Amino acid sequence: MPTITMPQLGETVTEGTVGRWLKKVGDPVAKYEPLLEVETDKVASEIPSPFAGVLSEIFAAEGETVAVGAPVGEIALSAAPGVAGPKSDVDAGRPLVAPQPAASATAGSRRFDGALPTSSDGIRYSPAVRKLARQHRVDLQGVRGSGRGGRVTARDVAAFAQSGDAAAAQATAGQQPVASTASSAGAARPSTAIQDVPVSPPGSDDTVVRLTPIRKTIAERMVFSRSTIPFAWSMVEADITDVVRWRAAEKDAFKAREGVNLTYLPVVIASVCGALREFPAVNSSWAGDHIIVRKHVNVGVAVDAEEGLVVPVLRDADRFSLAGLAQAVSELAEKARKRRLTMDDLADGTITVNNTGALGSVASVPIINPPQAAIVTMEAVVKRPWVVNDALAIRSIMNLCLCFDHRVFDGGMASRFLQSVKRRLENFSSQPS
Amino acid sequence: MHDALERDDRVFLMGEDIGPRGNVFRITAGFLEEFGSDRVIDTPLAEASIVGIAVGAAMAGMRPIAEIQFADFIYPAYNQIVGEAAKIRYRSAGGNSCPLVIRTPYGGGVRGALSHSVSVEALFYHVPGLKICVPSTPADAQGLLASAVADDDPVLFLEHKKTYRLIKGDVPAGDHRVPIGKADIARVGRDLSVITYGLMRHYAVEAAQRLSAQGLEAEVLDLRSIRPMDRGAIVETAAKTRKVLIVHEDQKFGGVGAEVAAIIAEEALFELDAPVRRLCGPDVPAMGYAKEYEDAFMPSTERIESAMRELADF
Repeated sequence: MPTITMPQLGETVTEGTVGRWLKKVGDPVAKYEPLLEVETDKVASEIPSPFAGVLSEIFAAEGETVAVGAPVGEIALSAAPGVAGPKSDVDAGRPLVAPQPAASATAGSRRFDGALPTSSDGIRYSPAVRKLARQHRVDLQGVRGSGRGGRVTARDVAAFAQSGDAAAAQATAGQQPVASTASSAGAARPSTAIQDVPVSPPGSDDTVVRLTPIRKTIAERMVFSRSTIPFAWSMVEADITDVVRWRAAEKDAFKAREGVNLTYLPVVIASVCGALREFPAVNSSWAGDHIIVRKHVNVGVAVDAEEGLVVPVLRDADRFSLAGLAQAVSELAEKARKRRLTMDDLADGTITVNNTGALGSVASVPIINPPQAAIVTMEAVVKRPWVVNDALAIRSIMNLCLCFDHRVFDGGMASRFLQSVKRRLENFSSQPS
Repeated sequence: MHDALERDDRVFLMGEDIGPRGNVFRITAGFLEEFGSDRVIDTPLAEASIVGIAVGAAMAGMRPIAEIQFADFIYPAYNQIVGEAAKIRYRSAGGNSCPLVIRTPYGGGVRGALSHSVSVEALFYHVPGLKICVPSTPADAQGLLASAVADDDPVLFLEHKKTYRLIKGDVPAGDHRVPIGKADIARVGRDLSVITYGLMRHYAVEAAQRLSAQGLEAEVLDLRSIRPMDRGAIVETAAKTRKVLIVHEDQKFGGVGAEVAAIIAEEALFELDAPVRRLCGPDVPAMGYAKEYEDAFMPSTERIESAMRELADF
């Protein structure tokens, strides 16, 4: 009996939540008829039935989260030809989704007869996309979508086929999910470690909020970071009066010229990049028995999007001009808010800058985004009485906080790095480097 | 029409106010003086008779061009057109034919209100045996009319009244013919296709030009003939750009776009990268007189542009 499995709705996704079953056990279902809704961090997708028949069993109830590839239901076939194997024209050429046998164990006590995974990956592709994929033997799971909501368009497939580098895409996809490092892979994945804390059951006037997939991912990564990284924290105060004055004088012209607001964020990113050039060891990853010092400076910028924190990455941020940084940051933030970020935008960060000051914070202990080794916050700019040349002055002060992975480097390095960022901000000229 | 009258003695015109008045849009001004009242015949306000007489004359060997002053008034002639003219060849097992052209101005956008704004193509394009031309440029109007007059079967010739004054263009000299049933690629593009006809061709091309500035290249296909419909051109452009927007002023439900979409679904489904979209007039009984009503009814360049961008982004 063919099994319906949890589709992989996007590369980042390792599991899916059954939002709603659109059919009940015993309901007849036509091929391609919407069968259930699956929630991911991006969308709630309707999953069409790959078979015609009768929904004979439901393995994953509504609200239940299971790994990609795990069975969620079963369909008793109607006596239609060509559904059992790759005989029909459509099935024959369609790239088979890689079976994920380990995942089947997650179903636990539920019955799963070990039938072959279906050839349906559950994502809706347009006919043209399917046709092109068949023609070029492209596995659509490796293709990044540029259409609305990350949809894979015919052009994406054509371009992918042309670049001909499916292997590279596989490699990227395999490398990216930091989240999966957090879970002990596949079967025995913990739902979240937070659960272990004793919680009294909700009272009648409490509200139970179901975890959205993005909330859950954030939770897992935070737990992983805080529970595995021996972090240390440091803070410096930077007198950025010159930057403030410069910004006040320039911001209107900048906006007119560049089309984006001039904020302190690109200035801080530029200073961080400069300091990294001085102290490359900060731009590193802990890798168990060795440390990898990254050559590329890819700065993650924390964005407070509606559904939760996302950290798009500014690749090679050290090569941008200030105006270029302002543009790029604004674009990424916009994409994040519109949920248009692609995997590319989120992968390969080497350090994170968090603009906590935007919301008025003056000191914070940020959580490192592994496998990065450091995260810097820029706190709110506040006017303070300040001693300059043994006289009191009113100056604009910004605190800079650093959390770093103490396995990778020590406090001395951290302090020198922070001092370098501070010095660059205090001696700011409009093109710091 | 002037050429047709000159070329062929069997051609004559019938219609309301086409004589001394020279047609309400001044199309036949001077024709009466030049060709005489036997060939430029003013008729009473009796559309069924205009077409009925023309059908008889056509069967008797003449080549009448009958005019319905506004398409809104064509309903009394519906039986003559659909019930008689379109069936004559079939009914007589090919023994008779009905080489008749029925011209009529249609469409809105000129504050014509409820009785001077209608689009009637969908009421006729269901009918086998009837050809329908919808020229959008002066050259196509001339070339299609020449083909329609030469055609041995009835042709409904729909002229968008707003194009009369809005659209100017050169007309080829001599006996220029545009084949009936052949669409025209008004603009070449790669990112999406707009399939349209009549006045909307011009709006679509304008919208496509605006999008071009943003790096989107839209193809615009002007059907020119609604029946026979150029299936090949429709399928070709759909397969080329994989995204199709159908635009017409006529109401959406059961409109010409429905057939275009059906052709694409039947013949080009596996080429599509997006659902076929239609931007059409609303399914309300008529186009109102007030400018707001008219604007709300007629697809505009802006609305076409935004529908195009939306489809391109899909």
